[in-house]
Amino acid sequence: MSWLRRNLVVIAGLCTLAYLIVPNIVVTVFSFNNPTGRFNYAWQEFSLDAWKDPCGVADLCGTLSLSLQIALWSTIGATVLGTMIAFALVRYRFRARGAVNSLIFLPMAMPEIVMAASLLALFLNMGIELGFWTILIAHIMFCLSFVVAAVKARVLSMDPRLEEAARDLYAGPVQTFVRVTLPIAAPGIAAGALLSFALSFDDFIITNFNSGNTVTFPMFVWGSAQRGTPVQINVIGTAMFVIAVLVVVAGQFISSRRQKSAKP
Amino acid sequence: MTVTEAPQAVADPPLRKASTRKRLVPYWLLLPGILWLLVFFALPMVYQASTSVQTGSLEQGFEVTWHFQTYWDALKEYYPQFVRSLLYAGTATVLCLVLGYPLAYLIAFKAGRWRNLLLILVIAPFFTSFLIRTLAWKTILADDSAVVAALDALRILDVTNWLGWTEGNRVMATPLAVVTGLTYNFLPFMILPLYTSLERIDTRLHEAAGDLYATPATTFRKVTFPLSMPGVVSGTLLTFIPASGDYVNAELLGSTDTRMIGSVIQSQYLRILDYPTAAALSFILMAVVLIMVTVYIRRAGTEDLV
Repeated sequence: MSWLRRNLVVIAGLCTLAYLIVPNIVVTVFSFNNPTGRFNYAWQEFSLDAWKDPCGVADLCGTLSLSLQIALWSTIGATVLGTMIAFALVRYRFRARGAVNSLIFLPMAMPEIVMAASLLALFLNMGIELGFWTILIAHIMFCLSFVVAAVKARVLSMDPRLEEAARDLYAGPVQTFVRVTLPIAAPGIAAGALLSFALSFDDFIITNFNSGNTVTFPMFVWGSAQRGTPVQINVIGTAMFVIAVLVVVAGQFISSRRQKSAKP
Repeated sequence: MTVTEAPQAVADPPLRKASTRKRLVPYWLLLPGILWLLVFFALPMVYQASTSVQTGSLEQGFEVTWHFQTYWDALKEYYPQFVRSLLYAGTATVLCLVLGYPLAYLIAFKAGRWRNLLLILVIAPFFTSFLIRTLAWKTILADDSAVVAALDALRILDVTNWLGWTEGNRVMATPLAVVTGLTYNFLPFMILPLYTSLERIDTRLHEAAGDLYATPATTFRKVTFPLSMPGVVSGTLLTFIPASGDYVNAELLGSTDTRMIGSVIQSQYLRILDYPTAAALSFILMAVVLIMVTVYIRRAGTEDLV
């Protein structure tokens, strides 16, 4: 009993972790299912069919590639714009700084559906056709704030004396930026970019409002919840999880090796 | 000394010359991003405001008639969904805090070399489409599932039935299923800020509290928890705000009796095509959330949120 009391936090924490992970395990297990009906909710029998033919469902891989493209472009857009804003906010004192800060904060403090609906109101009123471009515009908009937050956190913890030292050593502004500032800010920028990619790839609510007839991967999944879920969706879900874990582990590995080599 | 002084003496005159150009640098850095947010975040709000006071139909077109009655009608018709959304989102937020705190604490103070692995396990599910993961709950909470059977055997379903969270032997399509899904989906948004603020706490404070004869429970109540308040505040906001507007969990795991306001806005905008009502509803939701958030931040007293 005393053992239980001493380890209460550990047990409770691991229970929460199980709550977070169990759906992923279910997704993985059911990717090996061979369902009889249209829906893949009950276990029938083991099968590798879906793994052998992940694109075997009409439109599935098309929507997947569209989502990847949108995620890629919105990551690039949001990362560039967001990094610029973050540097301006951390490194310079100027008027309207408070207003800019609020403008950055508001998209994160707003229910997604409000942004989704208001963007649709804009597009409808201006008669802009919904599709690839409206999705991209929306995704850059909501990823922007998250990039700013991630980069800001990193640049804030950066020692400005390093840049002064570079200038003392006769480095020009461009050289200082490329050789000193950028490498130090890189983990923050990478975190922001990774977050934008995940947010954009996974976004449903804003895309649902502003996509018109264009179908992204989350929208395909949403539709399949009504029409019948192919096992291939579980295959892709499992693959995404594995790839994400590998990317994060690789990132950890690189940064820990860098830290080791930095400390002689 | 001489090394640092010499270049400064040389560099002084050109530096001063560049200063006016330099003063404009932050503005050039801000311009594209801020313009984007003004055009695609702020301006849409103006359009939505104008849509909410329009009247008309899809065939005849909409016109601004300053018809504020729409707000009143929308509120009168859909206040059950509003109340339900706030109730579900509030419950999910509390559950996230209760479930997330031990895990954040575990990662911050007790995990040792497992810390990074645990963090990865918290973040990685993010990258599997949340819709796919939410659909997995249909399997977990299905009527003939082991989880539901266990809840029934442990007499937990009797309690939740009595509370009105479940019905009979079912969990799917009940409020419990929706709140379970909401809690699950927003849990990482609670854990990460909690972890960040717990990790910053100097563990010597715990030792000091112990030296002053504080029990672990007192140490937690008087030292750890107050110091983690920034994480608690930003975590609860990051869960409550998106949860209040969510319609995915309510649609996938709930029934018509568990519809949230997000579902109503979505179907008004995309299916019924009653744009003014949809715009009014979405403004009411925004106002309610902003007011609640402002009051909460005032009371919790945390300014540095971003």
